[in-house]
Amino acid sequence: MTEQPDAIAALAETKPSPGEKYYPPFKVTPELTKKAKAYIAMYPKGREQSAVLPLIHLVQEKHGYICPQSVLWIAEMCQSTPIHVQGIVSFYPGIRTSCPGKWHIRVCHTIACALSGGEELLSYVCEKIGIDPKAMTEEEPMAVSADGLWSIEAVECLAACGFGPNLMVNDALYSQMDQAKVDDLIEEYSKKA
Amino acid sequence: MSTEQQILPKDAAAAEGKVNVQINGTWYRFPKGTRIADACNSVGVHVPCFCYHPKLSVAGSCRMCLVEQGMPPRLAPGATPTYNDDGYQTIQWMPRAIVACANTVAENMGIRTNGTVCTEARRAVLEFLLTNHPLDCPICDQAGECKLQEYTADYGQLTHRFTESKIKKGKNLSIGPRVNLDQERCVLCRRCVRFMKEIVGEEVLGVVGRGGRNAIACYPGKTLDSNYSMNVVDICPVGAMTSKDFRFKMRVWFLKSTPTIDVNCGTGTNINIWTREQQVYRITPRQNDAVNSCWMPDDHRLNYKYINAPERLLTPLIRTDQQTEQRPAAWEPLLRAVAEQLRRCKSSELAIIASARLTNEELYLTKHLADLLGVKALDIVPRVGENDGMLISADRNPNTTGAKLILGKDGSTLPDIVRGIKIGKIRSLIVLGEDVTAEAGIPAEQLRKLDYLLVMAHSESPTTQEADAVLPGVTFAEKHGTMINVTGRIQRLNQAIDPLGEARADWDILRALLQECGDVPLKAARATSSMEILEEMAEQFEALSGVTWANIGNSGRQILETGVTIPLIEREHAKQP
Repeated sequence: MTEQPDAIAALAETKPSPGEKYYPPFKVTPELTKKAKAYIAMYPKGREQSAVLPLIHLVQEKHGYICPQSVLWIAEMCQSTPIHVQGIVSFYPGIRTSCPGKWHIRVCHTIACALSGGEELLSYVCEKIGIDPKAMTEEEPMAVSADGLWSIEAVECLAACGFGPNLMVNDALYSQMDQAKVDDLIEEYSKKA
Repeated sequence: MSTEQQILPKDAAAAEGKVNVQINGTWYRFPKGTRIADACNSVGVHVPCFCYHPKLSVAGSCRMCLVEQGMPPRLAPGATPTYNDDGYQTIQWMPRAIVACANTVAENMGIRTNGTVCTEARRAVLEFLLTNHPLDCPICDQAGECKLQEYTADYGQLTHRFTESKIKKGKNLSIGPRVNLDQERCVLCRRCVRFMKEIVGEEVLGVVGRGGRNAIACYPGKTLDSNYSMNVVDICPVGAMTSKDFRFKMRVWFLKSTPTIDVNCGTGTNINIWTREQQVYRITPRQNDAVNSCWMPDDHRLNYKYINAPERLLTPLIRTDQQTEQRPAAWEPLLRAVAEQLRRCKSSELAIIASARLTNEELYLTKHLADLLGVKALDIVPRVGENDGMLISADRNPNTTGAKLILGKDGSTLPDIVRGIKIGKIRSLIVLGEDVTAEAGIPAEQLRKLDYLLVMAHSESPTTQEADAVLPGVTFAEKHGTMINVTGRIQRLNQAIDPLGEARADWDILRALLQECGDVPLKAARATSSMEILEEMAEQFEALSGVTWANIGNSGRQILETGVTIPLIEREHAKQP
């Protein structure tokens, strides 16, 4: 019998990504703990578990993704269990389990954007930043460029359907994109790096 | 509708705190707050459920229990309700089905489980559940007692419309020392997750992923190692959770289940023993809300291997000379020889160490044997452990309450007997169902020095090895009898398999011995079953008055108030409104 990858062990596997050099590695600092406690204090006593999601965002914002160590830390902080936190992490596509590139591009592929050229836009952006679109799979929707500068992901609605096709670079939304605008955008962000 | 001052069914029901519900055309009355699923099942209308379990919180996630429901139409402002000749309002059926587990009954509600709305909804739910289900049935342990199989036979369609490839998930995952997980077979009812969280209080299981990739998992580094972990195997409606002990051992349809009780502690957990021919394959808990709810501890569940172990004594043994080995003997001559030897013993030099693992009937015969032989030194071996705060009682003997009632002994005089043997005051000893070298603490050398040692036991032990005569008894699976648990509830042991080899049921051995030892004016000495012995006991003990084999039933009967409670049951009662 061939050795099967264990679906349980896979939950806590670290997935190395070239993007890691642009984000600080996860470390519990007094500053982080203080912020976490402030979130937890927003919920009634005995409901500390409710703060799991805000804490996940806190970690992801700073460190780019949710690593297995941070799952354990969040569970401990919220008096929850690692499996509960992992359940939430694995539920939301917006919560990443591997590190994105410095500039994370989200291309909308929901119907309005797809009809107005979103699909062509996705493959064009991939070409521009040197990522094979086949690297985006159902299991691993995000693909990171070898230099760690870029990552790309096809996402659901970005809430600007009237102005498609839309894409986001990190937290900035860019609407009515075409190939020329993508060229400018990539150049602009390359300079920032 | 008649205009007389007739009481409407709704008012009659309300007076009893109940509501009228029409199920498949027939009107019934149920207490307010009854779940629709429970109401239907209680009147013989089967509602298929995966996720609903009466002892766990309601998830309502499997959607298998969909039923068609209707209520009287909402009245226009100022309108008064009209009632038909039977006093009910007409039911307006809802076009969509609702789940029967998360909704409760209401006055004048209608439920239909035989219409198209309901069966079509269930067929659709099953089709979804089966899209990613593997075709494992031929090698799956659950086959034969799988809810998914049963409901597919009831509501499923034979053709498969799903032509895409199935999503692969983890198979044969070891998630704990006693439980294996197959994520592909799972229907995501989350009973196991809720059981671990709500009953055990260790949240080690959870759901990861989303949509088609949803799967039950435990976090790496955490394992399902609770002493109650195997209950998830019982409550799993499909073959996702399987017992490592039972995996691939036997197809369940070959097994016979016998309702009986667990004898590992004073709780007397109600169980089913699953056997084929003379072999025990597994033990599962049996629901009894006064004793063990629906659960049982793993170590008790797995403690059945000794029943079919090579250590079992299958023939009577006798040692004719101190220096020789024990040799097999025939029952009748051996019992005659034993009786002769016992009659020769001075009663002041003879002691009996009985066991609180014997049934009430056996203890009763033991008492009469002691009386007949004039033995005063008689006691049981106490076993005390730690109460686990769930189901395992601190008293590790199953029938201490019975021993107290029948023998008037609780183990407190055992040290006197042990000392008597040590100083040589006791020269002969009868041991019934115990290994006295263990808990009683009598060294084998001291047993060797005795003039005569008679042992009745089901398995070989250092005590039987020193015996002058060994009477092979049976384990709890091979005999009928009653025991009284720590709370004072009398419960039945039922025979699951025949006594192995030439072994005889303990009550039968004691009865034969009693007959050989002298003329006893007891019905019990001539009894042909332990039920007859119980009949005689019911006449003699106040606590047992009116108790019969039949009225104990499979769920037992409270006969004493000992004041001892079972923590898990107390918690369950506290949760009830």
